[in-house]
Amino acid sequence: MIKDFEHFAPKTLKEALTLLDKYQDEAKIICGGQSLLILMRQGLVAPEYLIDIKGISELSYIKSDGKGGLKIGALTTHRTIEKSSQMRDGFAVLAEMETRLASIQTRNWGTIGGNLCHGDPAGDPAPVLIALNATLKMASLKGERSLPVEDFTLDYFETALKTGELLTEITVPAPPAHTGTAYTKFNIIESDLATVGVAASITLGAGDSCQDIRIALGAAAATPMRAKKAEAVLKGKKISDALLAQAGETASTEADPISDMQASEEYRRELVKVLVPRISKEAMARAKKA
Amino acid sequence: MKKELKLKVNGQPYDIFVKPKTLLVEALRDHLALTGTKRGCNSSSCGACTIMLNGMAVKSCSILALQANGAEIVTIEGLAKGTELSPLQKAFLDHGSYQCGFCTAGMLMATTALLTENPKPTKQEIKEGIDGNICRCTGYNSIIRAVTAVVKGEYKEAK
Repeated sequence: MIKDFEHFAPKTLKEALTLLDKYQDEAKIICGGQSLLILMRQGLVAPEYLIDIKGISELSYIKSDGKGGLKIGALTTHRTIEKSSQMRDGFAVLAEMETRLASIQTRNWGTIGGNLCHGDPAGDPAPVLIALNATLKMASLKGERSLPVEDFTLDYFETALKTGELLTEITVPAPPAHTGTAYTKFNIIESDLATVGVAASITLGAGDSCQDIRIALGAAAATPMRAKKAEAVLKGKKISDALLAQAGETASTEADPISDMQASEEYRRELVKVLVPRISKEAMARAKKA
Repeated sequence: MKKELKLKVNGQPYDIFVKPKTLLVEALRDHLALTGTKRGCNSSSCGACTIMLNGMAVKSCSILALQANGAEIVTIEGLAKGTELSPLQKAFLDHGSYQCGFCTAGMLMATTALLTENPKPTKQEIKEGIDGNICRCTGYNSIIRAVTAVVKGEYKEAK
């Protein structure tokens, strides 16, 4: 049963920030609410004041950053992203990720910013955005600041957002030349949350050696995480199946998954071990074509 | 404290007052007495509460009623034109696309939204279109057959 709350529907970012500043920790932001309403129904979250930002149209957009990258407003729905003609070339992975994020109904109403702010380690956008080296812009009445996506989630359902702050924008930089990015997740029901998700971005250098690599894991620790030790196995090397297998082993060791209803810790480690080589291979194939 | 909610449902304007915690499915069923929309899992999993909001399929159990302020909503009650069923409704009848019927309203709304967006979906796209809707009688094949028949033009829109 949802506890009663007072509802505000600001129409501008300024109004929303003013309300947040006024009610501080007593207030909770809702946008699409596709994750929050479930928690509220379970009584896990019971805000006194709900600031409903779904109507702030100035925060819903996809535009160029002027340098070949993208700026995505935090209120952009999953479905808008997956259908956008701007999700081509190096950004196609974003659309692929969104298509498998949840059912169409949820993607129609839920937003990418809301998904990130929910702080669920099993969320799909975070690993992909980490692999793409994206940054987040947050605003408060005091001003703005930016943070890499990989530093945004601090713990289960906890983010770096401070009291009075609102996530406003995601910047995805243009991928370097010869870069390919891919994402996959393992789940029992298509479009369900990830049991484990893996994203990899590979930049190929001379002789198809791995010049740069970013591997990001979802549902493999308390937060979406970079598998930096696994990256180190591949970085600077000519990638072979043996090296990929070694990277998978390394990633499964540095992951720190939990056991829950969906899968045991061991099972999740095994998935990481299998998916890291598989998706790195796909990223490499895309890098060759890029 | 109750707040004003203005909605257009199946072409009919409504002006009601609801508590902020009221879900859209509750506003439709309990305030407007449009009980065709079913409340199933109440946690965004089963799709029985699917409606169309500004042309999009959404789950009405996972949207606050106040978030639909000013929106145009279509529910299962709005699909037929007078006594003439919509092509999908007719096809569902002919193909026996239901057993217990609890998922049917949601299935019809999801597939109506699908065909509004993409009038010629492939079989795979039809499956993806009902991915968010669970039929516990597992009658998916007959639903896919009914949608396919409409896509093939076997059912005409009422004039």
